[in-house]
Amino acid sequence: MGGKGRVRRFFEAWPPLTLLALGWIALMVIVAFGADVLAPYSFTALDLRARLHPPVLMGGTWTHPLGSDELGRDVLSRLIMSIRLSLLIAFFGTMIAAAFGTAMGFVAAHFRGKVEGVILMLIDFQASMPFLIIALAVLAFFGNNLALFVMLMGLNSWERYARIARGLTLSANEQGYAAAVRQLGASNLRVYGLHVLPNIASTLIVSMTITFPETILLESGLSFLGLGVQPPLTSLGNMVGYGREYLTRAPWIMLSPAAVIVLSTLSISIVGDWLRDRLDPTLR
Amino acid sequence: MLRYLTGRLLRAVLTILLVITFAFFVLHLSGDPAMMILSADAPPESIKAFRAAWGLDRPLWVQYLAYVWNALHGDLGDSMRDGRPAIQLVLERVPATLAITVPAFLLKLVIGIPAGIYAALHRNSLADRLTMMVSVAGFTVPSFVLALVLVLVFSVQLGWLPSAGSDSAKSAILPIVTLGIAGAAILARFTRSAMLEVLGQPYIRAASAKGLQWREVVVQHALPNAAIPTTTIVGFMVGTLIAGAVVVESVFAWPGIGRLLVSSVSNRDLAVVQVILLLVAATMVTANIVVDVIYGWLDPRLRRSSHGR
Amino acid sequence: MTALLEVSNLARSYDVRRGRWPFAKPATLHAVDGVSFALPAGRTLGLVGESGCGKTTTAKLVLGLVPLTAGEVRIGGERLPPAHSPDWRALRRRMQMVYQDPLGALDRRLSVGRQVMEPLVIHGLGNASERREKALAMLDAVGLTQHHFDRFPHELSGGQRQRIVLARALILDPQLLVCDEPISALDVSIQAQVVNLLLALQQKLGLAYLFISHDLRMVRQVSHEVAVMYLGRIVEQGDPDRLFATPAHPYTQALVSAIPTHTRGRKRRIVLPGEPPNPVDRPAGCAFHPRCPHAVARCRLETPALRTLADGRRAACHLAEQIA
Repeated sequence: MGGKGRVRRFFEAWPPLTLLALGWIALMVIVAFGADVLAPYSFTALDLRARLHPPVLMGGTWTHPLGSDELGRDVLSRLIMSIRLSLLIAFFGTMIAAAFGTAMGFVAAHFRGKVEGVILMLIDFQASMPFLIIALAVLAFFGNNLALFVMLMGLNSWERYARIARGLTLSANEQGYAAAVRQLGASNLRVYGLHVLPNIASTLIVSMTITFPETILLESGLSFLGLGVQPPLTSLGNMVGYGREYLTRAPWIMLSPAAVIVLSTLSISIVGDWLRDRLDPTLR
Repeated sequence: MLRYLTGRLLRAVLTILLVITFAFFVLHLSGDPAMMILSADAPPESIKAFRAAWGLDRPLWVQYLAYVWNALHGDLGDSMRDGRPAIQLVLERVPATLAITVPAFLLKLVIGIPAGIYAALHRNSLADRLTMMVSVAGFTVPSFVLALVLVLVFSVQLGWLPSAGSDSAKSAILPIVTLGIAGAAILARFTRSAMLEVLGQPYIRAASAKGLQWREVVVQHALPNAAIPTTTIVGFMVGTLIAGAVVVESVFAWPGIGRLLVSSVSNRDLAVVQVILLLVAATMVTANIVVDVIYGWLDPRLRRSSHGR
Repeated sequence: MTALLEVSNLARSYDVRRGRWPFAKPATLHAVDGVSFALPAGRTLGLVGESGCGKTTTAKLVLGLVPLTAGEVRIGGERLPPAHSPDWRALRRRMQMVYQDPLGALDRRLSVGRQVMEPLVIHGLGNASERREKALAMLDAVGLTQHHFDRFPHELSGGQRQRIVLARALILDPQLLVCDEPISALDVSIQAQVVNLLLALQQKLGLAYLFISHDLRMVRQVSHEVAVMYLGRIVEQGDPDRLFATPAHPYTQALVSAIPTHTRGRKRRIVLPGEPPNPVDRPAGCAFHPRCPHAVARCRLETPALRTLADGRRAACHLAEQIA
């Protein structure tokens, strides 16, 4: 009887779906870190005699468990490297957006007046245009290199962090703990670093679980169109782009990266929902 | 209300100006505009003519004004590949894009909103959970994956629908469905939560305590109030529709603006890219104004706020 | 002997815009318009008035949290340094503020003990164990125990939280405490406890209080002197008992008559017509004249100065002697 209660309580705190999602994310992180070790082949290794081999479950052999593509490259290895690159890009993009957005939010809430007005205008502007179009325009003008691309991903959805940071800081400043501590004589660094930031961190982290998948989708979309990650580098969107031509003959080339994209964004969303409930039930 | 609208109109103008400024800024940051737009091996006379027209030898702020003037007239140069004015090229493709985006938009509304309302009214039922699960696909499955999967099923395996091209009405079906479904899912979620929030309000209980039938309560009280936040998201949907069109048109080789944008970016045909950027900005701004007008009309607090000081 | 706190002709105005751009017309909001008073050490000055009369702004001006438009604030004879300058920060040790919302004023992520110690950390006083000891002593002084040290704000009751805010404010041994509606957010039964605590602390530590409230009964209980504010100006000032028993200014009369009382056969309540006006739209002459039952022509033209009456009270009314 006691055992059953414990199991149920365990699953109440950790719903099975969330566990699965966390498991998938853990798997992705391990793959991203251990890509070099885990990939059976180099992702550029050609094997022209083994072109378009189907994966194991569709009649292939274990030499290429997920099949091979039109140049005989191992799909599994390419998938592993793609996971690493896509996750890295999304991670750095999200971090840049969060840092930049939060800083802007602080600046707006701290200085008020004209500075706040300008920042609000920028936030509005970012929110009013679909970012894909802006990204495409920038890529057209500047050409494509990886560093620029990551910066661009970092500009995606910074305005969401800015809005949150500004709102929460304003209320903390007006009558709240930030005003109280500042009134005690604390320096601004102390106020923002030790008090405001830890308090808004949980809200920001929940936002990250929303924008991280969006960044993955943005990057894979652009790479799919051939405008994102360029060969010889391989990313998830990239692979789907290549696989498109062989949709009829070798659908597995696009199916495995597509599945990884969907499962990853799904997992992060599930974990995000769970975090939101856990961290602050008053948040909607 | 008038004051509210004037404020919104001003904001819209400001946004367009900001986009134009952004384009100008990026254009000048990335290199010599003449070389970039006309391409390196254009004849020197046309480069000279271009410089004159855009005043590239004059001080920066004069160039800026010239740029704004040109932008507002849609005159941003000729397409590198084509030789024709970029604006002509873009406008030609508008009908094709509209042919799939407008039906997709309607599809989103027709599927998304009723689904969301139904789910909210039958909370925690099987239908509700199913709707929520399916709608998650709206923001986890990228549109290109959805498009390719649909092609795989309906074109390759079943052979019912063509997988690309724009020859027949049938070839429009998959693009429209792809565009519409993702948005419908998100709209369903949002409508559901808006309805749930409204249904939880005390005045709903008051209405049914008054003796109204549940159906009347929903139609007369819940729906109108839930409509208010929903209109704001509809404006946002226009943006995602445009972004979605870029990908969908590329997958299905549909000759619309989205496809033109992608090829122009690959070729770095900057005149076309700029025109499309401005066109998108104008569309978004218009959509937002329309939403603001509807919002202002729907929300009685704004309709009658004429006694503000 | 100079008073601990001396405030003369304090003024604070804001430039506001009426209407939306481009229809905006500039206007001035006089939040505080010529307030003067002196507060000796160890005494309490109660500041009362309705919302929007400028009491909170006055508190902020006194502490230097908001810059002055005009006037002067002197602490112990010295002028207040500019806000957030190192001198100003050093001055925090002499004057502190207690807020209306104790939950909002505390960081919900830190234990209350840490927050009580924080002023010592900020000003670099003592080492870790000394600070902890001092904080525990403070908790004791406000009527809490050491078990409360590691609790979090949301685990305490409203009254306990306000005590924590007090402990935090007092740990630097200030001489002046500005209390901005310190009890309005608390349950009535707790209010009395906190007020008693404030009085006890005043006795023990010789604190001066600037006690701001809209609750007249509370203010009467704790204050040595009361000032009534209306639209940024003091309209009456004096001994609490006399002020409440026989108010001289018509506004005070209306406020006092509105206090619920259990005795029968009282004078009927004075109900003021109209609403408290917008501080941007100050009436000419005496700011109160549109609502005053005794107004005469002179009230519309001439702004009454705060003058001393026969019994030592001060009132800003042309007709104070007649209507008292």
